[in-house]
Amino acid sequence: MTSQAATEHTGWRDGVVAVAPILVGIVPFGLVFGVAAADSVIGGGLGYASSIIIFAGAAQLATVDLMNVGAATLVVIATALVINSRMLMYSAALAPPFKDFPPASRLLLPYLLTDQAFAVSIARYADIADPAYRRRFYTGAAIALWVTWQITTATGVLVGAQVPDSWSLDYAVPLMFLALLIPMLTSRPAVVAALVGGGIATVAHAAPYHTGLMIGALAGVVAGVAAERITA
Amino acid sequence: MNPWLTVSVIGAGTYLIRLSFIGAVGSRRMPPWFERALKYVGPAVLAAISIPAILLAEGSFDLTPAGNPEVLASVAAGLVAWRTRNIAITFVVGMGTLWILQAVL
Repeated sequence: MTSQAATEHTGWRDGVVAVAPILVGIVPFGLVFGVAAADSVIGGGLGYASSIIIFAGAAQLATVDLMNVGAATLVVIATALVINSRMLMYSAALAPPFKDFPPASRLLLPYLLTDQAFAVSIARYADIADPAYRRRFYTGAAIALWVTWQITTATGVLVGAQVPDSWSLDYAVPLMFLALLIPMLTSRPAVVAALVGGGIATVAHAAPYHTGLMIGALAGVVAGVAAERITA
Repeated sequence: MNPWLTVSVIGAGTYLIRLSFIGAVGSRRMPPWFERALKYVGPAVLAAISIPAILLAEGSFDLTPAGNPEVLASVAAGLVAWRTRNIAITFVVGMGTLWILQAVL
């Protein structure tokens, strides 16, 4: 007999199981962010708080980095929002399946939206149409990611100042982003976007007001679109 | 601006980005050109963060193994990421290579 309770259980658990391998990769990322925040001018308190308030690793790291070098507030905010603009795409893709969720879920669940929760959910939604299952699957996956991010970033903040310089943990930040970047290079325009984005950001590293990251990112997006036009 | 306020503004903006289409009444679609551009935000942003940090040492361009061992470590990590697509393994290889280079060079 498949009871209602058993089905409910399955949705949540399936979400957690689907995201479990990804959680392993989140651990070093969260620790690195926590350490970076604790050693920065913004400090561990606000650094950790950003895990709750922003809850988006790349944007949190860029925010800490930019504040640390004294970038203007407007540049910090604009850069973080440019980084997170990719989530518009996820919101658009999830809007049709989320239409059938209760209103409260449609307001609360977007807070938990991440690259990883999106990826596992959209894959599962191709197979299962039941709205209740879909909602629980997403919630299970997204909360597992949220809890992991909270624990690892808090741990990083707590151990932060005790990490010796000889460990070169500052390299862990670009390394983390490189590890996330490479699997995204699945098409020629994506490679062009990355090469131009990285190249321009490198050349523009001394750009006024610490806008190098934003200039590089926007140039990369434009180059990706142009490359798609040419190859298509 | 108070740093807490800055972080809060980013948090609110990020929530609104996440909510955008999910919270919209009726079905809305974004213009096709915008949708196309968003596909490249991920690779462009991640490269714009990581590449300068790897290629620049103390603020100047340096590709020598002794002056900037992060370049070689990143090549090793990049190859592993490409083959395994596994963040944890990539991380271990990148940090491990850097530590070995620093010990040897």
